[in-house]
Amino acid sequence: MSAAAEATVLITHDVGLHARPSVKFTKLAKTFAADVEIALAANGPWFDAKSIVKVMAAKAPKGTVLHIRARGDDANDAIRALIELVRRDFDENAGHVRSA
Amino acid sequence: MRIEGVPASAGYAEGPLFDLDRPPAVYAGKATAAEEKTSLEAAIGKAVSRLATIVETADSDAAGILEFHIAMLEDDALSGPAFASIASGRTADAAWRQALDAEIAGYEASDQDYFRARATDLRDIRDQVLRALTEDDDPAAPSGAILCGEDIAPTRFLETDWSHGGGIALKAGSTASHVAMLARSRGVPMIVGLREPPAKLAGMALLDAEHGSIVLAPSPAEIGSFRQSAASFAARQGKARTFLARPAVTRAGTAVRVQVNIADPSDVDAIDIATCDGVGLMRTEFLFGKTLPDEETQYRAYRKVLEWAAEKPVTIRTVDAGGDKPVPGFTVEEGNPFLGLRGIRLSLARLDIFRVQIRALLRAAPHGNLRVMFPMIAMAEEYERAASLFAEEQAELAARGAAQQMPPLGIMVEVPSVAIAPEAFAGVAFFSIGSNDLTQYVMAAARDNAAVAHLNSVRHPAVLRLIGSVTAFGRENGIPVSLCGDAGGDPASIPALIEAGLRDLSVAPAQLAMAKAAISDVSI
Repeated sequence: MSAAAEATVLITHDVGLHARPSVKFTKLAKTFAADVEIALAANGPWFDAKSIVKVMAAKAPKGTVLHIRARGDDANDAIRALIELVRRDFDENAGHVRSA
Repeated sequence: MRIEGVPASAGYAEGPLFDLDRPPAVYAGKATAAEEKTSLEAAIGKAVSRLATIVETADSDAAGILEFHIAMLEDDALSGPAFASIASGRTADAAWRQALDAEIAGYEASDQDYFRARATDLRDIRDQVLRALTEDDDPAAPSGAILCGEDIAPTRFLETDWSHGGGIALKAGSTASHVAMLARSRGVPMIVGLREPPAKLAGMALLDAEHGSIVLAPSPAEIGSFRQSAASFAARQGKARTFLARPAVTRAGTAVRVQVNIADPSDVDAIDIATCDGVGLMRTEFLFGKTLPDEETQYRAYRKVLEWAAEKPVTIRTVDAGGDKPVPGFTVEEGNPFLGLRGIRLSLARLDIFRVQIRALLRAAPHGNLRVMFPMIAMAEEYERAASLFAEEQAELAARGAAQQMPPLGIMVEVPSVAIAPEAFAGVAFFSIGSNDLTQYVMAAARDNAAVAHLNSVRHPAVLRLIGSVTAFGRENGIPVSLCGDAGGDPASIPALIEAGLRDLSVAPAQLAMAKAAISDVSI
């Protein structure tokens, strides 16, 4: 049984989907069997989310709405986990002081 | 021979020169494509394992960079084109170089600074594999060497043992590069943008990364004076470090606010907000590089700094282009640019550009404690015109329902007319004295002309008297006065500034500790 899922998430990390966040993003994507792709617009172009070279090539700055789609048995889990990672600002802001 | 450069990480180093750009060893081609493929696979594997070894002992900033390199090297999408080209008959080194150069060109063409800066990482990745391919286990730089060349790879920086001194002098390079960040956090002296290429990279050299110069083949007299400067820097630094975390107070107990000057939003990444009282000057010229920045780019840059500063004030200066800071498509060529169309004069002449900056500032204001100031104000009408533009744009944004807030609006005091007759400006929210320009205009000595450098002293009685009277005017009328020129971070000038009545100085981040230490010695 093969599932397909698609979702969008807003990148709020200060520098966007760049070097360090991309490493975390692709590492997480690779833990799923599903094919996962990202795009900066609903109509693509789509980039392989398991390839850091491709993810960096997307050049997604802060404030980008990231489109993620997956196809495969664990497609839904993959989307859920990746969206969560982006929402948590790639776990990079723990030490920052922020104003209200 | 002395070559000037731009300080990227303050400090002093004396040692042998090491040429970063020596030609690499030549790769010996293999007989078959299959062997070439094996040879490239082995080289990539070797590069990855070398990086993995360095990661183990790296701090978190460095590890982040290295893990990025490893992930890139392990990605088939990076090596795929190289293997394809080997299959069609190329040697491993040519195939790898071609594939990576194409990738690098993509980064260099990006319109985002962050991505352009990553080209350096890609070149590093390329060269690590080329090095592994040629079995050229690079001779490490001798201990305490001054590494000199076009640019330096982050891994080269991390592999180098800095425990016995040494430093970096680059022809290209940027104060915003990964290596510059690492150098500042580790205290490795570094300068970038050497004015001319060194003739011969051999022998001893003296690197002054406090002021920005390198002396090749120094004379005994040059060595003597260099060692004195280095010793004095080390003593000042050692003493200063104990002051960094504390609020600045004079010997008599007078509190002095010490803020920082920044030029690029990324500057704040290296500063602990707890060590300063805010940002006394955020320049915005950096945004006006090859192209004019759009509203969103500016908004993001301002917001980043405001959020970093939390509740502490951030004073952003509207663009001060012109003079010695030309911007293509914005500034005009003039015979006497320091006295021409620069600062607020230029902004008011190019309202299309100024209104974009005003909107970005109004939208960023709700994200922190923003204050905005105008450079090169000479007459009250200029301030009033700029303030009314802020009001117009605020009304526009409000009508659109956009989040915005009117920040307090102040002026730079750098044109003598304002310092002599400040009463015309009783309505402004604050004064910030720009001591560099005020001094050059009072002394009629261009600050970029070494021949008149001896005239360019903030401690001349005429300049100090003006600073004193502006400060007194501010005190009497409830207008806060600060100073954001280089003099604020100069330990030799600080006593005179405090004596003139100033209690709020804004200094370069690298001078923060030393400025606080100098304040503690003042007897007022």
